[in-house]
Amino acid sequence: MSFYTQWQQQDWQTLQLQSRNFSTAQVRSALHKTRLTLCDLQTLLSPAALPLLPLLAAKAQQLTRQRFGHSVQFYAPLYLSNLCANECTYCGFSLSQKVKRRTLNSAEIAQECLAIKGLGIDQVLIVTGEHERKVGIDYFCDVLPLIRRHFSNVQLEVQPLTIEEYARLKSLGVDAVMLYQETYNAAAYQQYHLKGKKSDIHWRLDAPDRVGQAGIDKIGLGILLGLSDWRTDAILLAQHLQYLQKQYWQCRFSLSVPRIRPCSGGNKVSNPISDKELIQLLCAFRLFAPELEISLSTRESAEFRQHVVPLAITSVSAGSKTQPGGYSVEPENLEQFSIDDTRLPEEVAKALIQQGLQPVWKDWDSFLGR
Amino acid sequence: MLRIADKSFSSRLLLGSGKFAHPSLMQQAIQASGCQLVTLALKRLQLGQQQDDLLHPLQQMNIQLLPNTSGAKTAKEAIFAAQLAREALQTNWLKLEIHPDPRYLMPDPIETLIAAEQLVKLGFVVLPYCSADPVLCKRLEQAGCAAVMPLGAAIGSNQGLQTRAMLEIIIEQATVPVIIDAGLGAPSHAAAAMELGAAAVLVNTAIASSQNPVAMALAFAQAVNAGRTAYNAGLAAAHSHAEPSSPLTDFLATL
Repeated sequence: MSFYTQWQQQDWQTLQLQSRNFSTAQVRSALHKTRLTLCDLQTLLSPAALPLLPLLAAKAQQLTRQRFGHSVQFYAPLYLSNLCANECTYCGFSLSQKVKRRTLNSAEIAQECLAIKGLGIDQVLIVTGEHERKVGIDYFCDVLPLIRRHFSNVQLEVQPLTIEEYARLKSLGVDAVMLYQETYNAAAYQQYHLKGKKSDIHWRLDAPDRVGQAGIDKIGLGILLGLSDWRTDAILLAQHLQYLQKQYWQCRFSLSVPRIRPCSGGNKVSNPISDKELIQLLCAFRLFAPELEISLSTRESAEFRQHVVPLAITSVSAGSKTQPGGYSVEPENLEQFSIDDTRLPEEVAKALIQQGLQPVWKDWDSFLGR
Repeated sequence: MLRIADKSFSSRLLLGSGKFAHPSLMQQAIQASGCQLVTLALKRLQLGQQQDDLLHPLQQMNIQLLPNTSGAKTAKEAIFAAQLAREALQTNWLKLEIHPDPRYLMPDPIETLIAAEQLVKLGFVVLPYCSADPVLCKRLEQAGCAAVMPLGAAIGSNQGLQTRAMLEIIIEQATVPVIIDAGLGAPSHAAAAMELGAAAVLVNTAIASSQNPVAMALAFAQAVNAGRTAYNAGLAAAHSHAEPSSPLTDFLATL
């Protein structure tokens, strides 16, 4: 049984109603547990937990330090292409967006890799739009060896692929695949994803299963905050995580919960989440899954990151450029979304050191997970 | 003295080098504890660079480096890591750890034994992290490992000697040093391990994640010494009822 089958049995409305129906006493009891159930997580995500956020944050911080020590990993995104055959109402790369399209060639990729290395970064996240024909498996197989030799850890955030394709990428050195579901709300998903393969929710929901079956070391899950009710999305993501952890017990898992940022498409956020609620979400997940890697990108402001990283975060991006060629080849091109924290990696690192955290630039080797 | 392979150590406390807030804090903690054997993860080292943040401070100290294979999920990966470590750090000492399960980081007994057998043949001094399984520990010993490192509890869990009953059997049967690794969360846990007859203990999380790592390192060192001294002195057995400390037996003997 794949996760899709389990997901189909869930009723969004019921879960959404449940998510608000908890008391302070229940929150306190969940806060004291060492092994949390999904129901405990629901409790910690509920509005009743918000007044107890200082307690939740303190426990999250303690668990983060116990599990990960004082270290915080650094990575940067490497955008290879903004070609996209999808129409997603919130994204600046969408098909109908009048932006200059470009896909980096080998020479440009080498130049970008060196520019990223120049920032001190050794772990990279490859990102592309979704264009099966022009930026598909053959392109990835061509460019991966060029990128692999520069970095100790290579993560990939591209369209969902088949098991065989993931297996090929693993053999070429992909250490992790990020597959953000955006939202687990079927109705909302259809509203936001109008055209292209991304509108097929089944194909996307089962993609982490295919990564797991291909034996890739790490799977990244995520939701795009702002698309739908965040509490309900978070519970379904937790179900997804729990399912995957049982099926693919050798995989590591990471979580990313970006908030929608302004992009060249322009959009109004229909389900906003406050700073406090985002902290609640991140900390609740730390209690639910102490081993979960959680990243926080430059979408968030320097100040917000400064306060939240010590609580629950294990990896941060820094110095990010969100357009192909953005580091060196063509820094002027349009970005996928505008970033907020524009500090250089060394500045972010320095600030973390002042808070008693140790930046980790490398924590993997090319022979691991092959 | 703790003797492992051809080396002797006056300290019976091994430290890990991960999780510290700052390399200088790690240095101070090592110094305070008097520890002479320090593990470090090969995957963390930026070997191409002139001065690695983690390695450089360790190399300045008078300690035996014990590179580990953390990150390896198979014997093949661990052997590869071991060879890289030997070349880069000029030591054939190796802490072998293979945990395919990233959630609880439980060691894989099958892959660990396979790797240990091959690494010993390749000339390594192998110290394997393993489950508290008496038969596995004997098998690792037979494979030629210089010590065995069974776990007290899950790595980083601070739960203490959850595997005590098995550790007692392992220590009773061992002909190589038994180093209790993982799960020791308080100096009292370390003292208890030493009282059982462990040759040494390895601690990282409880020290590095403490509010004051330097003081905590010292506390662990003291606990290890106390536990070892007590073990050597011979611990009295526990009884279920009271016994007078000034016995009447002398009088009874005269009757």
